[in-house]
Amino acid sequence: MELLLNIVIYLPLFGALLLIFIRQEDWVRWTSLLITTATFLLSIPLLLQFDISAAGKVQYLTVGEPFMGDWDVKYMVGLDGLSMLLFMLTTFMAPIVVLSSWTTIRNHVAGFYSMLLILQTGSLGVFAAMDLFMFYIFFELTQIPMFFLIGIWGGSDRIYATVKFFIYTLVGWLLMLVALIYVGYAAGYMVNDGVFTTDWRLITSPEFQLDLVQQTWLFLSFGFAFCIKVPIFPFHSWLPLAHTEAPTAGSVVLAAIALKMGTYAVLRYLIPLFPNAAIAFAPMFAVLGVIGIIYGALVAMVQKDVKKLVAYSSISHLGFVVLGMFAFTTTGAQGAIIQMVNHGLSTGALFIIVGMLYERRHSRMIADFGGIAKMMPVMTVMFMIATLASIGLPGLNGFVGEFLILVGSFNSDVLGSPWYAVIAALGVILAAGYMLWMFQRVMFGPITHEENKKLTDINAREIGLLVPIMIFIVWIGIRPTDFTKYSEAQVEWMLEDTRARAEAIASNAAGEQLPAWAQKLYDVTPQLASIHEIVNKEDSRLSSATEPADGDGKINDKQEQSL
Amino acid sequence: MDAYVHLVPWIVLIPLAGFLFNGLLGLASGAFREQKNFIGAVATLAVFIPFLIALWLFFMMSGDSEAVSVSLFTWIEAGNFTTDIGYRLDQLSLLMTLVVTGVGALIHLYAIGYMAGDEGFWKFFAFMNLFIFAMLNLVLADNMLLLFLGWEGVGLCSYLLIGFWYTDMAKSDAAKKAFLYNRVGDFAFLIAMFLIFQTIGSLRFEEILAGTALFTTDQVFLIGALILIGATGKSAQIPLFVWLPDAMAGPTPVSALIHAATMVTSGIYVISRLSPFFMQSPELMLLVAVIGAFTAVIAATIALTKYDIKAVLAYSTVSQLGFMFLALGSGAFVAAMFHVVTHAFFKACLFLGSGSVIHAMHHVEHKLHDEGKHVHFDPQDMRNMGGLRKYLPHTYKTFLIATIAIAGIPPLAGFFSKDEILVMTFNAGMGTYGAVYIGLWAIALITAFMTAFYMFRLTLGTFHGEFRLPGKHEEARGAEKHLHESPFTMTSVLWVLGGLSIVGGFIGIPNFVVATFTGTADVNLLSNWLDKTTMDAELTLSKLVEWFLLFGSVLIAAAGIFVAYRLYEGGQLESSDLRISKRFGAFYRVWSDKYMIDEIYEGGIVRPTVRFSDRVLSVFDMKGIDGFVNFIAAIVRFAGGVVRYFQTGVIQSYAYGIVLGVILVIFMLLFR
Repeated sequence: MELLLNIVIYLPLFGALLLIFIRQEDWVRWTSLLITTATFLLSIPLLLQFDISAAGKVQYLTVGEPFMGDWDVKYMVGLDGLSMLLFMLTTFMAPIVVLSSWTTIRNHVAGFYSMLLILQTGSLGVFAAMDLFMFYIFFELTQIPMFFLIGIWGGSDRIYATVKFFIYTLVGWLLMLVALIYVGYAAGYMVNDGVFTTDWRLITSPEFQLDLVQQTWLFLSFGFAFCIKVPIFPFHSWLPLAHTEAPTAGSVVLAAIALKMGTYAVLRYLIPLFPNAAIAFAPMFAVLGVIGIIYGALVAMVQKDVKKLVAYSSISHLGFVVLGMFAFTTTGAQGAIIQMVNHGLSTGALFIIVGMLYERRHSRMIADFGGIAKMMPVMTVMFMIATLASIGLPGLNGFVGEFLILVGSFNSDVLGSPWYAVIAALGVILAAGYMLWMFQRVMFGPITHEENKKLTDINAREIGLLVPIMIFIVWIGIRPTDFTKYSEAQVEWMLEDTRARAEAIASNAAGEQLPAWAQKLYDVTPQLASIHEIVNKEDSRLSSATEPADGDGKINDKQEQSL
Repeated sequence: MDAYVHLVPWIVLIPLAGFLFNGLLGLASGAFREQKNFIGAVATLAVFIPFLIALWLFFMMSGDSEAVSVSLFTWIEAGNFTTDIGYRLDQLSLLMTLVVTGVGALIHLYAIGYMAGDEGFWKFFAFMNLFIFAMLNLVLADNMLLLFLGWEGVGLCSYLLIGFWYTDMAKSDAAKKAFLYNRVGDFAFLIAMFLIFQTIGSLRFEEILAGTALFTTDQVFLIGALILIGATGKSAQIPLFVWLPDAMAGPTPVSALIHAATMVTSGIYVISRLSPFFMQSPELMLLVAVIGAFTAVIAATIALTKYDIKAVLAYSTVSQLGFMFLALGSGAFVAAMFHVVTHAFFKACLFLGSGSVIHAMHHVEHKLHDEGKHVHFDPQDMRNMGGLRKYLPHTYKTFLIATIAIAGIPPLAGFFSKDEILVMTFNAGMGTYGAVYIGLWAIALITAFMTAFYMFRLTLGTFHGEFRLPGKHEEARGAEKHLHESPFTMTSVLWVLGGLSIVGGFIGIPNFVVATFTGTADVNLLSNWLDKTTMDAELTLSKLVEWFLLFGSVLIAAAGIFVAYRLYEGGQLESSDLRISKRFGAFYRVWSDKYMIDEIYEGGIVRPTVRFSDRVLSVFDMKGIDGFVNFIAAIVRFAGGVVRYFQTGVIQSYAYGIVLGVILVIFMLLFR
């Protein structure tokens, strides 16, 4: 099984190499389809063999030899409850993406498909990586093909869009790289006999205890990178541009897979690595999530370009995911995970459908359509289902995620207020507003443009690639437990473990001295004091111990003053 | 009961199967789409078979059978939250099931004739079956979340069917409006579920009803008010009722089934379902009653002024639903459900009758066009009608029966249920907040008068007098020869519903009527049937008062009819309306402008939100947020541009720089 996991990850990369030797364009397409389909089929046993009750344990784990000099950085891939569903989503979407660009890509076909395939290996690696450094490497592996996908096969403003996308993301992730190295050294000191390590098992072990100063800085550095990637308001401005300019396949991969890397990283690294900071900053992130939900919806409402509208709706949907993760309840986090999958399916479907319209009409402007339902009845049904899924109709997938997130955050002790959920729920009304308004203007009414009278309904290939998504949209809507069961145990364990470690750090640190470098960090940053107070307040609420819980004398002083 | 409970899922699943069968085959095959009779038969059977199952269950059950649940599988589960796809069979849910499937099957049958000429025939019936499926989930659900699935599901079907003729932008506007107003209510409903879950830890009705004591009075009021907002959305009450009149854009069978008989009563059903919960807070009950009474009177005043035959019926529906809310708020849950049932009969009959009229008027328009006369008129406008009783005798007779029933003349169905509501409101006047309830009772009485009046205005204006169309259009002379009665499949349904409008009231004969002659009596079948499922307020009035109230409500109804007869009998619709409008002046204008509520929402909420998003937020997004990002990038570029000048590539300048640097270092070392 370990071998199978590696095969699944690298098969697409192998396919990309294969494409170099193929001249015929049709052969390129068929090879890509074959490779991605094979990847999907091979990944199914991983799902079937997955032990859903094994909490806190990485399955199918491969551990390689250290490859970076003195550092204990190893090749490590495996799956657990947090990554299983997203891993499957990635393998599932790949053949669909290949099929969706069957006829639209006419130039550099081999280049296009090899970029897609490299991107897939990178994405699978991101979800399977069990070492922070490997995660970073795989992540960078996804950035480059995405850069070219938008930059070469994109729309008219593609260069600006792709450069912005690339640099914006890079800025965040370079900052994270610095923080990552810090984590590696700190973990080395604490849990690995002084040898640099980013092994996920070690950096989430109870002995790895970063003090609150470190946590704050590192949390913000990692958080900044993930905020840009998700994207969380107000770091989203690259997204609408990248989505609009990307070719259909690029938009789908971006929405369905790439954005999930950000939210996944929050759940995998940001929260478990810096438990105290994550709890302290949870309300702030929840607020950003809620703003994202409302803001994204309002801005989506007035877009004139369908693709841009869907892009802004993504910001709204991802706001839900952020809210769910920072609710620190199993219900909320489970909702967030299933919402990631749902968003991948329904927004992916929407981008594919917009792409089909664009291919026929060479326009994405809402005003250029109207009355399309008459010409394209089958597509109308698909479009309708995807739209309804997107606005969270019960019985379809979107509802399950949103509902769990709302219930989870409504009853969250970390957020401590139901208002997050109440305001977020307003997004449900707005979503119906902008989606149905768009749907109406595109599909209903009389046909006002001559060109639209010649539109042909979607063909067998297009039906074939949409139907599997529709099946999952309904399946998850009716029997979500078939999916949520994979992450349930792991999420519950992860949250409990994170809380326990937060408590331990808060109480254990009391008698200990901070290492000199941490002391220094604190000395140069007195302005952080106000943040410490928040952190301390949160800690004392968490720990049952009545003593002020901190290793650093100065922080204690601060706290005593504030008391 | 346990032995039969396994039948319940079939009630729900058969309509779903009908939807999938007609929907998928219709989508796939053009030849299938032409088999209209087959499609219609499948769809009708998919509703009729569940009706038969429900009927079988009805005979197996009695008023004191215990409620039973059946769970199919776990639906949503995460952390401490879990909920099932589970159905609850009790007297209340079965009553609703009988109404939904019974009236539903009749309307399906009617629609086969009504929709025969439509190219979207298959789609229509698929959606209708989907609606029945959603509605049955709503009424049979054993937990609030599954109820919510039905709740939003019926909203979706309503959306799809209102916008059925989607090429007409106005119709798809109406559909969207219905969905959005419902969503506002659903939002409140969602929050109510969160609050209930927070206290009870479950959304099952069984546990909620067993745990009503766990809520504080404030919580009850808050949760109840939120559920009430949800109910005002679905059941078209103040402040969310404005979507329902627009919803008449859908095909008439849809108006009859969804927007009169079933879906719009779901708010009443939910509150009845939670009656022990609502009864805990008198303030909450008062709020329900106030909303009901004011909705009833406001909608009735608007109905007085409308010429569109379906619009009058739509406002009448809103008004009657207001009566039901008034009943709920007075603690008369049985009376509310009673009115749900009788209203389903006579209002479905009225809508289908209006459908028959519209059908005939459409036919006239088509025929005139065939003759080469280009006459365009609104086939729903009463001003073009008049005198139709000669040409559509069955429609006329059934329409008249239903009108008498809704007006409240004994012994027809509407009389008993409306009288019970009035009695119970008066009865509530004896308890907490009594004075307010008496005021609401007076409002309801006035509304009852108006109901009788506008309904007879409608009937007389449509069927009596002379056919007015030829007088309106030069070319339409002789158009009456094209008027014809609808086919048998349609009129037979009208007669069944007309018959039910006559006898339907006997399921709820007030006990005191019989008791006056026999001492005591226990003849109110409905109240016995619902005894275990709803928690009604105690009736404390004496028999004498009840008789007094009964005669009062008959007199009021008779007065309304009398006035309408005096004004409209000769078919002088417009001149009489002019007289009324002069008499009431500014009031009349407010009524016919529908109190400007649409304009207030549109201008006060919708347009400002869109404008704010368009002019402020999206500009801020481009110029503010993205502008800031670009600003940072520009700084970096600028800094790079400055530094670039040091990178000249000229050796001499580098050497010059080195020398300067060395001097600087020496100075620093010397003068430190």
